[in-house]
Amino acid sequence: MTRSPAADAKPFNPLPGFSLTLGFTVIYLTVMVLVPIGALALKTLGLSWKELWELATNERALAAYRLSLGASLAAALINALFGSLLAWVLVRYPFPGRRLLDGLIDFPFALPTAVAGLTLANLFSDHGWLGQHLVPLGIHGAFSRLGVVIALTFVGLPFSVRTIQPEIETLDPALEEAAMCLGASPWRRFVAVTAPTLLPTVLTGFGLSFARALGEYGSIVFISGNLPFQTEIAPTLVVMRLDQFDYTGAISVALVLMIFSFALLLTLNTLQGWAAKFQER
Amino acid sequence: MKAPAQAISASPGPAAHSSGPAPVHWLLIAVAVLFSAVFLVLPLLNVFAQALAAGFGPYWKALADPDTLSAIRLTVLIAAISVPLNAVFGVAASWAIAKFEFRGKAILLSLMDLPFSISPVVAGLLFVLLFGVHGLLGRWLEAHHVQILFALPGMVLATIFVTFPYVARELIPIMRSQGRDQEEAALTLGASGWKTFWHVTLPSVRWGLFYGIVLCNARAMGEFGAVAVVSGHIAGQTDTLPLRVEKLYNEFDPVAPFAVATLLALLAVATMLLKTLLEWKTRHEE
Repeated sequence: MTRSPAADAKPFNPLPGFSLTLGFTVIYLTVMVLVPIGALALKTLGLSWKELWELATNERALAAYRLSLGASLAAALINALFGSLLAWVLVRYPFPGRRLLDGLIDFPFALPTAVAGLTLANLFSDHGWLGQHLVPLGIHGAFSRLGVVIALTFVGLPFSVRTIQPEIETLDPALEEAAMCLGASPWRRFVAVTAPTLLPTVLTGFGLSFARALGEYGSIVFISGNLPFQTEIAPTLVVMRLDQFDYTGAISVALVLMIFSFALLLTLNTLQGWAAKFQER
Repeated sequence: MKAPAQAISASPGPAAHSSGPAPVHWLLIAVAVLFSAVFLVLPLLNVFAQALAAGFGPYWKALADPDTLSAIRLTVLIAAISVPLNAVFGVAASWAIAKFEFRGKAILLSLMDLPFSISPVVAGLLFVLLFGVHGLLGRWLEAHHVQILFALPGMVLATIFVTFPYVARELIPIMRSQGRDQEEAALTLGASGWKTFWHVTLPSVRWGLFYGIVLCNARAMGEFGAVAVVSGHIAGQTDTLPLRVEKLYNEFDPVAPFAVATLLALLAVATMLLKTLLEWKTRHEE
């Protein structure tokens, strides 16, 4: 089949500056982001694969991945639950102080992670506002694995709420009204109509908060205690090995971390594509 | 990955309608408020309470320490270099991406988002592998007496890396939604390309641009992991405010880390207030 050349031509665009802005974008991206990533790739190629594999999978590294993945998963689950609740309450129920609460949601995002770790560690320590009541009950929220979960929940919360919130806003009330007219109870309306519609978005929020937690370092330094095999997360292990000039060891854990986050990113993109299709119907 | 605060219009609309009986509402509201009080308000109040636990004297003394003052200067300097650079990049990238169609746009967008999916610690490591003694350029830099790692240039580069897509991500959706009609009209009426950009495009995206800059700045000033790896931790020289907090914390000083942390907490509060203001502005102009 032959096509006329006119059909292939792009629509006329009179705006100037395309080559200038695109050129600058590509050069700046290359210098600031791609060259550093290329440095890691080049360095990795020069290392012995056997050594890399051993350092990436020794006992200490495996313990760090287990804690990183486990604590991030726990934090993301808590955020999926409370994030959905917060988003729902903020969109659906008018109550005094709602605007203030809405503004507060971004606090963990705006607060430097070092300060988050510092103040959370203090709150949950023996003499802290929360710790003085919790520690006698055997709940150690500072210098423990629970502390890691607490800090990761804190930093991930806005990712979950802000993903779910717009979706609840655009939820079609006609669906729920239809269910109501058909005689469904409020609980049944939620379980049968609202929850399934929101599920893909809640999963996306879960994934974003999980991804955020996997890479977190600043707050964990303060709250975890950083004990190898016990409260050491993978990013901390990268720093520990770098401090000992163990470059191969640091690179090996960094590569594993990058594989985790890219796999997660890929899953998220697939999920978002699915969510878009799901909501079109 | 998506920045959470990106949803500039994500505040509750007026059409909040109810579903379900009132007691359930109030129970859910109570749980949400309690959770936020413990998890969001307490940590903020605690910073100030601990910083002022021994009164204003020790608080001011901690802030007036020469090493703390130098940390303030360095933090502001790093942000003053990296934020404008990323803002210029954000404007250029969003112009090319939102106003033109070209092949490879999706790949470009994914590459721009890479820094969001890389742990800040790994970001720092990248620069160590590039500029360190055993790095790719280490030998050459040493021979020419250029200090990048454990000095200002390395810290600026690491900060640019972790805050890379903030401004662009704010601007692209706004510019895309505005289309090209206004610019085309200005060009038809004889305005030059620059004039069109300054008088037509920039004013219509100014709040979004400002918002992106505010977010970028908050992250640049508060960054810990990436900067920690490339800083070298030289007191009075390569300590930013977050690194200074860590150093004082490791010295078991009960007041000083919190005193320095209040500055960063105030930055966070200012960021949130500006965000609310800008949301109000954008909604007002619609």
